[in-house]
Amino acid sequence: MLISQILKNDRGGQIMLAVLAAVLLVVPVLNLVVSNTSPLHVPTYLVTLMGKYLTYALLAVAVDLVWGYLGILSLGHGAFFALGGYVMGMYLMRQIGDRGVYGNPELPDFMVFLNWKVLPWFWQGFDMFWFALLMVLFIPSLLAFVFGWLAFRSRVTGVYLSIMTQAMTYALMWAFLRNEMGFGGNNGLTDFKDILGFSLQSDYTRVALFICSGLALAIGYLLCRYVINSKLGRITVAIRDAESRTRFVGYKVEHYKVWIFTFSAMLAGVAGALYVPQVGIINPSEFSPLNSIEIVIWVAMGGRATLYGAVLGAILVNYAKTVFTGLMPESWLFMLGALFVLVTLYLPQGLAGLWNTLKTNFGRKREVAA
Amino acid sequence: MSEGEGAHFYRQGALDTSHKAILYLEDLNVSFDGFKAINNLTLYIDAGELRCIIGPNGAGKTTMMDIITGKTKPDSGKAFFGQTIDLLKLSEPEIANAGIGRKFQKPTVFESHSVAENLELAMKGDKRVWFSLRAQLNGEQQALIDETLQTIGLSEQYHKLAGALSHGQKQWLEIGMLLVQKPYLLLVDEPVAGMTHQEMDRTAELLKSLAGKHSVVVVEHDMEFVRSIANKVTVLHQGSVLAEGTMDEVQQNPRVVEVYLGE
Repeated sequence: MLISQILKNDRGGQIMLAVLAAVLLVVPVLNLVVSNTSPLHVPTYLVTLMGKYLTYALLAVAVDLVWGYLGILSLGHGAFFALGGYVMGMYLMRQIGDRGVYGNPELPDFMVFLNWKVLPWFWQGFDMFWFALLMVLFIPSLLAFVFGWLAFRSRVTGVYLSIMTQAMTYALMWAFLRNEMGFGGNNGLTDFKDILGFSLQSDYTRVALFICSGLALAIGYLLCRYVINSKLGRITVAIRDAESRTRFVGYKVEHYKVWIFTFSAMLAGVAGALYVPQVGIINPSEFSPLNSIEIVIWVAMGGRATLYGAVLGAILVNYAKTVFTGLMPESWLFMLGALFVLVTLYLPQGLAGLWNTLKTNFGRKREVAA
Repeated sequence: MSEGEGAHFYRQGALDTSHKAILYLEDLNVSFDGFKAINNLTLYIDAGELRCIIGPNGAGKTTMMDIITGKTKPDSGKAFFGQTIDLLKLSEPEIANAGIGRKFQKPTVFESHSVAENLELAMKGDKRVWFSLRAQLNGEQQALIDETLQTIGLSEQYHKLAGALSHGQKQWLEIGMLLVQKPYLLLVDEPVAGMTHQEMDRTAELLKSLAGKHSVVVVEHDMEFVRSIANKVTVLHQGSVLAEGTMDEVQQNPRVVEVYLGE
């Protein structure tokens, strides 16, 4: 079958997807079927928390594709995630209808508050789910395509490119903070009621969103792995390792970069779109440069250029974040920094690399014993 | 392709060597921050020729290769591939696909790919993004890889990572990558640096066997090696041609002796 073909030489991916499948099957049952007096019951807030981690994992996979395999350190992937989130937020705002504080059936609350009389042109169509879904794919990709086309054609690489991606997300943050932009300014978009007619507060909707996040992660993972296994993937790695050589062999390096970068941005956008209905808000802080840097730390932590390492890193770091921000809110940033330093010094291949080292060492010992 | 004396059908993209020469460099000038790396350089390479280019450090050998392959744009002058293809208007990948292959001074192979994958990536064919996503090796291409590995003596290293090869083997692999590109013109920068004598002899054999079918330009410091392969030698000095002729002729040229061989 196609899936087993894609995962043929990917032990880590097989394990990761098997665990993911098990979680996607068991957690809904433990939430919806098992009574909430039982110790096995999984409370809904936990389902949503896990759903959020899964969207982060998809985002990390997207970053690993461009950083691990193409060699572009993007410090702006949070922007694509946030744009996907805003698109979904716009759909959810339109779903509120006349149930807002001001009860205006045509305009979201913040527009009424700003004394706007008509819906701006760029909000048209977002009451339709299929249109919003298309835009989730299209808007982040468009930004990535234009940005990539300009940057890669002028052969901007390395640190300069990283700084540009960082500047891009920073500029977007300030733009979205402005009320006149028409995206709710500082407060962003929130107070969502329902999606496709299902209440966002219901356990069933929450579980459905959790499952969608898991499926999106699985599909995104398989697509990335498919690309990496193809000749296109081998060219991508060749560009990472010896860019000018690749050019002299006859490949238009900038075309390859633009397409991989755009595809990665599309995955990040999908992750953002699934994130927003689960956390219930999207605001300009999602564009903050710090967010994008955190994603890179997840990937470094899990292990670059493995894909499954990115998933592992995203989930573990965010779990630690949830635990420690609960215990000692001020200490988290220091811990994150310390974690990054430790990983860079002692685990340059990340956790996935640690696993591989242990495996080879163990294998060697066994050989010696035999 | 020529219709009587001097008449041509102009076809951009098709290599036309009907006037014998495959590469025309005329009045090229390049300067970097005031330093004239290439100074009124005029040089012709004939189709099927094996030409060696020698010259002291800073003579402009590598810059000349950079111009031919599109990496550096000259300040003035002309560079044509055959009668019709204007190299100065093309990008590096376009020049590579037009049929000019280049081997770098420092061996550059794709280190995290296997030896066979290196050849697969270098192979002549459709190199666009969407094609690459679906591309599979066909029997003919597989045969070409096997045959080339035989030629460069790396058949046993088929699955080995290129990064794990010895220096000499990397040089060979890079020559192999040139071969599967099926270029009309090969530019080879210091092919025997870091090779043992035995490996050098094999390289000399290989380069000689390529001439005729291909045109080969070799830049090399090793005089013994140059003598063993070259019919015609061009000496570069301060960005222009100082002398041209057989090895014996240039070695007896007093100006050459003065700037280079006499050192």
